[in-house]
Amino acid sequence: MNDELKPVNQKAWLLVLPVVLVMAFVSVLPLMTVVNYSVQDILAPGRSVFVGTYWFAEVMRDQSLHAALWRQLMFSLAVLAVQIPLGILLALSMPAHGWKASAVLVLVALSLLIPWNVVGTIWQIFARSDIGLLGVTLAHLGFDYNFTGNATHAWLTVLVMDVWHWTPLVALLCYAGLRSIPDAYYQAARIDGASKFAVFRYIQLPKLRGVLMIAVLLRFMDSFMIYTEVFVLTGGGPGSATTFLSQYLTTKAVGQFDLGPAAAFSLIYFLIILLLCFILYNWMQRVGTAAKEPTK
Amino acid sequence: MNTPRFQKRTLFLIAYLVFAILPIYWMVNMSFKTNQEILSGFTLFPQDFTWDNYATIFTDASWRDGYINSLTFVAINMVITLTVALPAAYAFSRYRFIGNKHIFFWLLTNRMTPPAIFLLPVFQLYTTLGLMDTHIAVAMAHLVFTVPLAVWILEGFMSAVPREIDETAYIDGYSFPRFFVTIFLPLIKPGVGVAAFFCFMFSWVELLLARTLTSVDAKPIVATMTRTVSAAGMDWATLAAAGVLTIVPGAIVIWFVRRYIAKGFAMGRV
Repeated sequence: MNDELKPVNQKAWLLVLPVVLVMAFVSVLPLMTVVNYSVQDILAPGRSVFVGTYWFAEVMRDQSLHAALWRQLMFSLAVLAVQIPLGILLALSMPAHGWKASAVLVLVALSLLIPWNVVGTIWQIFARSDIGLLGVTLAHLGFDYNFTGNATHAWLTVLVMDVWHWTPLVALLCYAGLRSIPDAYYQAARIDGASKFAVFRYIQLPKLRGVLMIAVLLRFMDSFMIYTEVFVLTGGGPGSATTFLSQYLTTKAVGQFDLGPAAAFSLIYFLIILLLCFILYNWMQRVGTAAKEPTK
Repeated sequence: MNTPRFQKRTLFLIAYLVFAILPIYWMVNMSFKTNQEILSGFTLFPQDFTWDNYATIFTDASWRDGYINSLTFVAINMVITLTVALPAAYAFSRYRFIGNKHIFFWLLTNRMTPPAIFLLPVFQLYTTLGLMDTHIAVAMAHLVFTVPLAVWILEGFMSAVPREIDETAYIDGYSFPRFFVTIFLPLIKPGVGVAAFFCFMFSWVELLLARTLTSVDAKPIVATMTRTVSAAGMDWATLAAAGVLTIVPGAIVIWFVRRYIAKGFAMGRV
């Protein structure tokens, strides 16, 4: 969209106002409460002391937070590394027309519609090596697979579950992006005798830039907030092998009387996501424009 | 034109579909078994086919209420979301105004906030307002992530509509509300459908906030399920049947909007 062509109209603010007010109530107000807690030490209901940045310093030094953050980063990067290429490939393979296209679309989207705790529950059974299809198959092939006992297996199971759950989102976005490429581009490529790979690299991939940006950002932020599925599947274990940030935060916040540390943690968590999304966004935009330049 | 390559892609697609369907098949499979059969061993098909699990859900009031509660707050959420998001998306797609880019990005940051952060303040806020355990509380808590997404999607669809249409309508003497409802809305119907679908999807599957804000009267189906897991000693079969039933509304919605499902993203900004 070319923003420069739009007329300036300050009255448009009136149209945006309802959204701003609603978000102020459902989002800013709660967030302010969190900020308020994060700078206090609550000794008893109604009795609190202002402690400034004490909790922030405390949380920053927390060793298990560092570990959880590191695990989280590795997990999110793995999610992107697997889901983005797989999603693109899937979108390229999906039929474009006819009843087959509709059927495949609905089948692919199915996993997105399952409540997240049900996703965890299905996989909990599905991966069990005595009664689940995946577990039994792996055991049959000679793997000593046990996701409740082995940390690596647990981590991989969570990753495969997430790939199963969310790759369709990437695929749907890319699929829509591919459908918006005019036929003329393909005809030109055919006349030039371009290979399939060349078509992908010089026509399809550049055209997918916009949707890929959204896919990467959505997948990144959502995988960074993953909670329910992992909570149901592994409960963060074995040990703390699959304790990601949300998991760690909720175990800290629930059943704790002093809300200060949890609030400080929440804010740091939010800022980390914001920062990483900002970096990712800018980096992708630079890569996009750098790739565009030579073709002009 | 390039047959072997095409076949490779078809093979990949089939392989992926198998991978996508298997866990779902397993759930459907479980929902027709008895608990005893599920836990006693590995069977590819139900040996002892039963509808009992579905019967349990349809006759037990707590399951049925959970289902209705979920549908209620999702519907409230969709109505509020679309009401506020439509005008805002129009403003973003048509005009420049002070802070337009900042406001847009600020909206998106709400989508980046982990629900776990809101847990405590939202609990206290709605307790103070006396809205605990009501559908409206859950619907409002979910606005945090549905509104930004809806604005994002709708803005994309609206930007694809040529501005000349607006201008012609204004010249013809249409007022803004009349133009918006009678001319503009029908043009972006698919976008509204897709936005509604995404609101539905994210609100329907959210557990953390929904569970925190409800206890009895507005308990959603997803929370009813977790309770069954802990209390009734792992009632896997009923859980699987409930899982199958939770997919149904979404599958119906997706069938109607399948053609438009991701178009808004393809056209949108960012």
